[in-house]
Amino acid sequence: MAVKDYIRQRFFPHMWCPGCGHGTILNALLRAVETLGLKKQDIVMVSGIGCSARISGYVDFHSMHTLHGRALAFATGVKMSKPELNVIVPMGDGDALAIGGNHFIHAARRNIEMTAIVMNNRIYGMTGGQFSPLSAHGSMGTTAPYGNIDHDFDVVELATAAGATFVARTTTYHVHELSDFIAQAISHKGFSVLEVLSQCPTHYGRRNRVGGAVDILKTYKNNTVRIGSDKKQENPDLIERGVFVKKELSEYCREYDRLIAREHREAE
Amino acid sequence: MNKTPETTETSENIKFMQGNDVCAQGALYAGVEFFAGYPITPSTEIAEQMAMQLPKHGGKFMQMEDEISSLCAIIGASLTGHKVMTATSGPGFSLMQEALGYAVMAEIPCVIVNVMRGGPSTGLPTHVGQGDVNQARYGVHGDHAIIALTASNHQDIFRMTVEAFNFAETYRTPVILLLDEMTGHLREKVVLPEPGAIPLVKRLRTAVSNGVDYHPYLPREDGRLPMSDFGEHHRYNVTGLYHDMWGFPSEDPKIVYGLIRHLFDKIENNIHQIARFRKYYLKDADILLISYGAAARSALHLVENRRRRGEKLGLLELQTLWPFPGEIIREACRNVKFTIVVEMNMGQVLEQVRLSVDTPEKIFLANRIDGELITPTDIRNIKRVIQGKGI
Amino acid sequence: MKKKQYKGHKIERSWCKGCGICVEFCPKQVLELDAEGKVSVARPQDCICCKLCELRCPDLAIEVICTEPGTENGHE
Ligand SMILES: Cc1ncc(C[n+]2csc(CCOP(=O)(O)OP(=O)(O)O)c2C)c(N)n1
Ligand code: SF4
Ligand code: SF4
Ligand code: SF4
Repeated sequence: MAVKDYIRQRFFPHMWCPGCGHGTILNALLRAVETLGLKKQDIVMVSGIGCSARISGYVDFHSMHTLHGRALAFATGVKMSKPELNVIVPMGDGDALAIGGNHFIHAARRNIEMTAIVMNNRIYGMTGGQFSPLSAHGSMGTTAPYGNIDHDFDVVELATAAGATFVARTTTYHVHELSDFIAQAISHKGFSVLEVLSQCPTHYGRRNRVGGAVDILKTYKNNTVRIGSDKKQENPDLIERGVFVKKELSEYCREYDRLIAREHREAE
Repeated sequence: MNKTPETTETSENIKFMQGNDVCAQGALYAGVEFFAGYPITPSTEIAEQMAMQLPKHGGKFMQMEDEISSLCAIIGASLTGHKVMTATSGPGFSLMQEALGYAVMAEIPCVIVNVMRGGPSTGLPTHVGQGDVNQARYGVHGDHAIIALTASNHQDIFRMTVEAFNFAETYRTPVILLLDEMTGHLREKVVLPEPGAIPLVKRLRTAVSNGVDYHPYLPREDGRLPMSDFGEHHRYNVTGLYHDMWGFPSEDPKIVYGLIRHLFDKIENNIHQIARFRKYYLKDADILLISYGAAARSALHLVENRRRRGEKLGLLELQTLWPFPGEIIREACRNVKFTIVVEMNMGQVLEQVRLSVDTPEKIFLANRIDGELITPTDIRNIKRVIQGKGI
Repeated sequence: MKKKQYKGHKIERSWCKGCGICVEFCPKQVLELDAEGKVSVARPQDCICCKLCELRCPDLAIEVICTEPGTENGHE
């Protein structure tokens, strides 16, 4: 099926600003779904609230646009009650890790088979450029007019510590890697987290004087390296990309199915 | 206490259990398939029963990280076509308000049990209260309508739990079941109805076939909205934003107006189908008590006691609190000398009763707000003051 | 290995928001923004069918049509 068969074309052009990285993530996601040959009716996309969350309206899957931060909680109910569905949960950085941080670590801990995609633009896009828990120390936002004194989370370390069994990071510049990682994350039999550095030229770019979409993409190109690269040793500020965790652990829905089967056997 | 016609007693189906367990039994009878919750006194036994029973019935139980995610999870599970429930108490119910509004807006059938304790805040975790009546109605931001039910004894807890599921499916809406610490923890007899004795409302699913345009948010002529399960061929959108008949966000004033009217009308226009109540000695009553939940037990006790002495007391026990059955109340109050609303809060139902009648000055309050159950004597004392007899 | 053969760009003009991402990162400088700020294919003859423009476009506005080696129309 062509990529355009997976979208609701009547809503295009979409609402994102020119050059917004969220569109590139949508683009890569459709390609991943195409590569995997998934049927549209077997996919549920659950999103929260934010610019990022609008992604669910554009895909021709079952879609739920829920509450700020709660996408994983809704998705958990969808997945648990119908485990045969592929559940994909794209989230903004504030969505996933500020208001939704608790659901994020608990979904990871349960190892429930869902794909969490953190569309990390390091700022609150929808509400106009406030700092987020992924904004770097010292960065600027409308609510950090003198520079951000908070420290940011490292999503990869956080997800790993919380127990996610697939953890990866890439950017909207590295598009082949992006659709490959999304496909890997969807195929993974457990809770998968993919952090995607995604540009918000409108708010992050402007406020932090890093320029427009093209300029931010250049920083993704120049300031990131594949895991294990020697360059990281020379320059510790480089951000690593790649698959950090990929391991097997009993998956939550299957675990519950086994519990049911056990109970039934005993009842007989 | 009150035998419902559907139950014939046999040694098999007579049980002695606490109200929370009865609620769980009612939910299983209604066909609950998915429960997500977070422990909180005095509702925890419902979750414990669900954890025990659901896997045996092929259903699923989840303990979530909080009450927010509990309600979110059951909403998700409802969309895959399952009957769902959560149970909590005051603090947890407060946390659920945002997701409750979502369920109202997106029209998702689900049942939320709130076993009320003393509030506000952590309040009185192990004591009875009825302070969440207004929260059930108005806790969600924005205009909306809601169904909230209650019960005073175990037979009715069973029945109203089943009704809650039935209303949720019929009106595609969240339904709140307001129980309280006293009935939740009280152990008394209940006769479990045989399968089929109480009719069950099944999920109404669309007959629109694959490839034909399906409108998840277009009411039929009778006002009901057939659903399609996630995973079936119809792919649509669910959102908490104002939306069109396909579920896609819209800010068109006509669509916004149409949707909010629909959300109100589907409940308020069906008030007669939704109103549940019990009438005790109303025909010749000259003093009327109006009560609900645990407080109604004391009210009934007083009425029966006074009747034996020839005093013409009557009781209207409310089982549907929202939408508020104003007409029924107005009718019941019309020919009595005065009315006493008996409840364990500062007069939340009292307020509604006064708004419903022609002579609000003849409506009085007998309440208790100290975490103790209101007693028949408490009510009698108020009655005597009203009658100018002194305590 | 035979090279892919370039057949043309399919551009959804009304979807293009002129962000310039495709233009900047095309390895062969095939693309430009026109007077209206929309993408245009200035040097089609240089296109190497890498499809990076198609993959990076945030607006799904570009499709690059290429035939796979050994097939007629690119779709086997
Ligand atoms: C409970 C609640 N609090 C606050 C908001 C307001 N709000 C909407 S989107 C958003 C943040 C969006 O930022 P992010 O999640 O990083 O996504 P982005 O818009 O950058 O894609 C906030 C704070 C809300 N909708 N709900
Ligand atoms: S504000 Fe930022 S995140 Fe939101 S659409 Fe615009 S560029 Fe994208
Ligand atoms: S990347 Fe897409 S939206 Fe941006 S200029 Fe090129 S075609 Fe237009
Ligand atoms: S396919 Fe590659 S070479 Fe051709 S226009 Fe696109 S980016 Fe340039």
